[in-house]
Amino acid sequence: MTAPILDPRLATLDELRWHVGNTPLHPVRHLSPKPGVEIYAKLEWQQFGGSVKARPAFNILRNAVASGALRGRRLLDASSGNTGIAYAIFAASAGIPVTLCIPENASKERKHILKSLGVDLILTSPFESTDGSQDVARELAHSQPDKYHYVDQYSNDANWMAHYNHTGVELWEETHHRITHFVAGLGTTGTFTGTGRRLKEFNEDIQLVALQPETALHGLEGWKHLETARVPKIFDATVPDETRLVTTESSYAMLKRAAKEEGLLISPSSAANLVGAVQLAEELDEGVIVTVLADDATKYSDVIERLLP
Amino acid sequence: MAQLIIPTPLRKFTDGQGIFTQEAATVKDLLAALAAQHPGLKPHLFEDSGSLRSFIRVYVGDEDIHALEGEDTALQANDEVSIIPAIAGGL
Repeated sequence: MTAPILDPRLATLDELRWHVGNTPLHPVRHLSPKPGVEIYAKLEWQQFGGSVKARPAFNILRNAVASGALRGRRLLDASSGNTGIAYAIFAASAGIPVTLCIPENASKERKHILKSLGVDLILTSPFESTDGSQDVARELAHSQPDKYHYVDQYSNDANWMAHYNHTGVELWEETHHRITHFVAGLGTTGTFTGTGRRLKEFNEDIQLVALQPETALHGLEGWKHLETARVPKIFDATVPDETRLVTTESSYAMLKRAAKEEGLLISPSSAANLVGAVQLAEELDEGVIVTVLADDATKYSDVIERLLP
Repeated sequence: MAQLIIPTPLRKFTDGQGIFTQEAATVKDLLAALAAQHPGLKPHLFEDSGSLRSFIRVYVGDEDIHALEGEDTALQANDEVSIIPAIAGGL
């Protein structure tokens, strides 16, 4: 028996691993309503690809290359943009062809960035969100298995494992084991599931607060209203201690406050995480609340122009 | 009659119905008629004050109503109106 030949692209990818994770933990000083409650936010856009998705995308891509599944095939996935951009950056560097199914109504910057990085974009129905993109990707992988390897971030354990192995550990260490609450929105649910599981292993008293958009339609790109959307396979409903709802309107208001009071120019979904953290802080007398800011405002010019004229 | 395309996330509140057809003078009238027939939709489309939630994008044909007359945009017979959801995926 001979050992399998390693895909040489794996070595290239491994050289990029330093661009993933170890993001700054930012003290949110002015938005916390209680002196005894500390709020911290991971600035997740400070990675390759400019979002939290560097973590799962790198892990998913690396696993796919290591398994040999991408020999002679294109990486295929459905994405609302950020995972796609992260795949595209790592893949461009390692010479891996990428095809993405993305809803037609994704922001113009995202589509432009993806095209610039050489991604083959398949635009899917604007009425069906990423649920529709997943259907198209699945169909393509089924009809052309020799051409595509569908990695499916919504079902891929490498998604939440990236957060289990890294984000959760970083939060534990960076707060010097003081973290009492972790607050994060649900999209693919990878961030919440992986980070939450790891934090509970460190200290089962840490409270895990999941956030969802209050309404089926919302302006929080990246979040899922699980009642009306397809629930990702990797979601584990036993992980959250509590689930709270956040409105788009309160997130837009927070986006403005974060810019003026904290110097943080962030995306609507990052602002929604801050809304969740601040609302929780109002109910506590003391604690160390940590959330993640998935991306900054760069890719949301239409919203920013309206909110911050 | 104007035709309104209902995005998948809202079809849970319309018994799966994807297209709503109704005689309506304006976008506002059309959306109000939809909400009257399917009351569960109301909080997803309108604020308590009754105005359309600010982040919801509505198109008449290919035109965003913000570039037209907003909710007061007049509808012609056979106009196609669409409600476009935000993108979900992310985190």
